[in-house]
Amino acid sequence: MSVPNSPQNSQALVIARDLAKTFDVSAPWLSRVIERKPRQLLKAVDGVSFEIERGKTLALVGESGCGKSTVARLLVGLYEPTRGGLTFDGQDAHAAFKSSDAKAMRKRIQMIFQDPYASLNPRWTVEAIVGEPLHEHGLIKDEQELKDRVAELLKSVGLSALDMVKYPHQFSGGQRQRISIARALATAPEFLVCDEPTSALDVSVQAQVLNIMKDLQRERGLTYLFISHNLAVVRHVSDKVGVMYLGQLVELADKHTLFDNPQHPYTRMLLDAIPKMKDTGRARTPVQGEVPNPLNPPLGCSFNPRCPLANERCRNERPVLKSFKGINVACHAVEEGRH
Amino acid sequence: MSLLQVKNLVVEFPSRHGTLRALDEISFDIAPGEILGVVGESGAGKSLTGASIIGLLEPPGRIASGQILLEGQRIDNLNNDQMRSIRGRKIGAIFQDPLTSLNPLYSVGKQLTETIQAHLPVSDQEARQRAIALLQDTGISAAAERIDHYPHQFSGGMRQRVVIALALAAEPQLIVADEPTTALDVSIQAQIISLLKNVCKKRGAAVMLITHDMGVIAETCDRVAVMYAGRIAEIGPVHQVINHPEHPYTVGLMASIPDMDVDRERLNQIDGAMPRLNAIPKGCAFNPRCPQVFDRCLQERPDLAAVSRSGQNTPTQVACWLHHANTLEGVS
Repeated sequence: MSVPNSPQNSQALVIARDLAKTFDVSAPWLSRVIERKPRQLLKAVDGVSFEIERGKTLALVGESGCGKSTVARLLVGLYEPTRGGLTFDGQDAHAAFKSSDAKAMRKRIQMIFQDPYASLNPRWTVEAIVGEPLHEHGLIKDEQELKDRVAELLKSVGLSALDMVKYPHQFSGGQRQRISIARALATAPEFLVCDEPTSALDVSVQAQVLNIMKDLQRERGLTYLFISHNLAVVRHVSDKVGVMYLGQLVELADKHTLFDNPQHPYTRMLLDAIPKMKDTGRARTPVQGEVPNPLNPPLGCSFNPRCPLANERCRNERPVLKSFKGINVACHAVEEGRH
Repeated sequence: MSLLQVKNLVVEFPSRHGTLRALDEISFDIAPGEILGVVGESGAGKSLTGASIIGLLEPPGRIASGQILLEGQRIDNLNNDQMRSIRGRKIGAIFQDPLTSLNPLYSVGKQLTETIQAHLPVSDQEARQRAIALLQDTGISAAAERIDHYPHQFSGGMRQRVVIALALAAEPQLIVADEPTTALDVSIQAQIISLLKNVCKKRGAAVMLITHDMGVIAETCDRVAVMYAGRIAEIGPVHQVINHPEHPYTVGLMASIPDMDVDRERLNQIDGAMPRLNAIPKGCAFNPRCPQVFDRCLQERPDLAAVSRSGQNTPTQVACWLHHANTLEGVS
């Protein structure tokens, strides 16, 4: 793919084109031969395209198993895509990850993980954890500079420089997630991939972490991909929202458009499923059914078994993401005006 | 009369560095058929309260003082065998993770009939019929066929339905549900919550619903207790607590939840974190984080007291010195 190398802001910083990742989940070779079973392929992400402009936040929402985290891992280069590609600031990112420029690219894209208990090495001090990217990328000259930089990073996420000598177990969940953020910021990246950064936290602590992330974005012009299953959180942090279902984007729109005027039946269902605080005692209208087995997705639109608007066409033909008045929706019903 | 009464319950954990007080004089009651929500952040003592009621406190944790009464009978001092006949029969339990609360080696039907026959004198055939009916009631289609399936053959939401069926098997009057929807997706969560609400209503069972999700509390419960650092900070009718929170902690908790209808640049946050059990401050446990703290909060610990509001038959009770100026007399 040849994309002109333009540093202007006019072009989106991150462009994903038809990203797909298929996992081979077949039984071992011998069992397959004996039991005459075919290979089984799991399409975790199946053709996802989006753009994120510099300094903006794209949020991906969806239920477990819809491929959100796989997209995150594709973007930071932890997985190689089966199909499609990723352009970062005009460069083919996955080609860069394999070339000698890999370090330069990794320096610019960092990730924050969901579980602050599992993503920090319990045997390292905070100084070692936050300082590791600095060492790895050769960003510091001596010990004193390392200490100064780590102290600065800790302060930027609301921790104290004195916390440097402590170990992760001495911190609460929210504080640990701040350490993860400090570590991700160490290389001064432009793009942060945040995979459910507040899901493991309590609400009052979640508010602290979300505020810090927003402040940092404003100060440093960071670009975020924010993955979450919590729509209220997504509404708070994002500029644009993509809704995923079984490995595909079913709706992609500006935050206000999506929340005020959701088009896809699945998006509406997700919005209806949020418990409402204001009218106590009012029951939600639960949607029937569950997410189908991704190993054996339904024919046609993958949402059709749960969709109240499904008709013959939905059961046979897979809809593609099309733009209607600034909203991208993959739905026959919306296209035909049946919704 | 209340179905369940908890009076001044204290749960302690002896440790090398002294005794830790995890629950500190908790009192509340649940009326028959009522749904009481218990909400709070991790470590507030919600689950411990539930575990004490069903007699599943993990040693070295122990009930140091106080009483738990079920239908007027004390159940906190029963031995294991006596407790076993109450657990399941009179109090059912639903836990967070449906995969770990089912035995992977037995079929769902075996687990259900075993529970039914442990508590009710019915034949194998009857027990199986009952089990099928229970599965149907909890919304499992083709129950007669699925009853012989194993837990791994069910999805997360379906497993939680099985767990609910299991909890209801011996028709208890009280269900303790500890974070029953936390491990589930939002669309499934809505299904499970409405199921729990409906089946309990149909059978007249009371529910103690433990969760950290205020939204779930709002749509499900009749009353809610807000816990903080092993104490009840506020308890009252759900619409009252959510729309007019009185305790500064509840106010902060409600404000820190991202709102679907309002755009805000920053969320309200409560600075700091819940204190550890070995470092609970003197006076009110919330005082280091409280925006309205004053001298008395640092010295004395407030107890629950009713706050009067016009037109309220069941006033909210708040443990906060701010509200002790306009206290109603005679409510314990």
